[in-house]
Amino acid sequence: MSFLRVSAAIATALLLGVIQEGCSTGPTTVRAASVKDDKDRHPAPDFALKDADGKTVHLADYKGKVVLLDFWATWCGPCRIEIPWFEEIERTRKDKGLEVLGVSMDDNGWEDVKPFLAQMKVNYRVVIGDDTTAQKYGGVDSLPTTFLIDKQGKIAAIHIGLDGGRKDFEDGVDALLREDDAPVNAGNGGVPPAVAAAKQ
Amino acid sequence: MLAMVVCLPLLRPQSSERVTVGQPQKVAGKRNDAVETKIPVSILDGYHVNSNTPSDEYLIPLKVTWTSLGALEGGQVTYPKAEKITVGDQTLSVFTGKFDLAVNFKISPKAPAGPGIATGKLGFQACNNKMCFPPKSVEFNVPYQVQ
Repeated sequence: MSFLRVSAAIATALLLGVIQEGCSTGPTTVRAASVKDDKDRHPAPDFALKDADGKTVHLADYKGKVVLLDFWATWCGPCRIEIPWFEEIERTRKDKGLEVLGVSMDDNGWEDVKPFLAQMKVNYRVVIGDDTTAQKYGGVDSLPTTFLIDKQGKIAAIHIGLDGGRKDFEDGVDALLREDDAPVNAGNGGVPPAVAAAKQ
Repeated sequence: MLAMVVCLPLLRPQSSERVTVGQPQKVAGKRNDAVETKIPVSILDGYHVNSNTPSDEYLIPLKVTWTSLGALEGGQVTYPKAEKITVGDQTLSVFTGKFDLAVNFKISPKAPAGPGIATGKLGFQACNNKMCFPPKSVEFNVPYQVQ
């Protein structure tokens, strides 16, 4: 192997190491205390998914709001444990600017999800997800996976699995609600700046 | 944008085979014989799959389905006794660790003599106490010999 090839291999390895370190939120639960600094947040990918009434929901619809975006499924036991937490978080913080949005990853769609939502008396909006959306969010290989999105449409925290508990979500949401509102950019067609940047 | 595209895939948890299906024993017999095989299944430590009779209608059961029986008939599966575990306030009916699924066949009265293969799928949905993984199925073969 030539010197150049060895150098290239070392440089690639170092670069991957730097990238991985830079993405160090990792698969473990992000604690509320470590909701990322604004400079470390990345735009939450936009999507267009249908809710139970057949209306198309875009993440961009939630400009200026804190969004708790929960990927879940009816067959996921740990997801079921979180649902009452999210119902309470939505009920107590909706008027402060929080929206909870569930993204169901059930293959059978509303056939399974509608009766489940009725049974669980879910009070927040739910859409049916798809592989395209999941891929935009890193694949979502395990459920529940929950993203806290700030008012500028950036991912501020990621919770994978049930670790951390309800208080972590509450603390994270409250921290984001306390942040200043994003400046409105009238020239972007109503799309939050962060999401608009993600589309470019 | 580049950072987001690069970073998001790294957020995936490390995946490994949580459920593996071993090679079933070969069955052999004459036409009209009743024969049995066992499908070995192994669940990774710390994980579980729902049993064939989950505790809730929304949970996805472990289930064998046959795609081709060849010269075999039947294919009834006897599942092991399920365990009860508690996750949160839910009591779940699950399988863990290593176990066998016993399968009973009858060799068809019109089966030609010689070897063949029956094919099936094991469908399951795995979780641990913190998270769940999408439903999957694993294909397997049952070799047979009609004498």
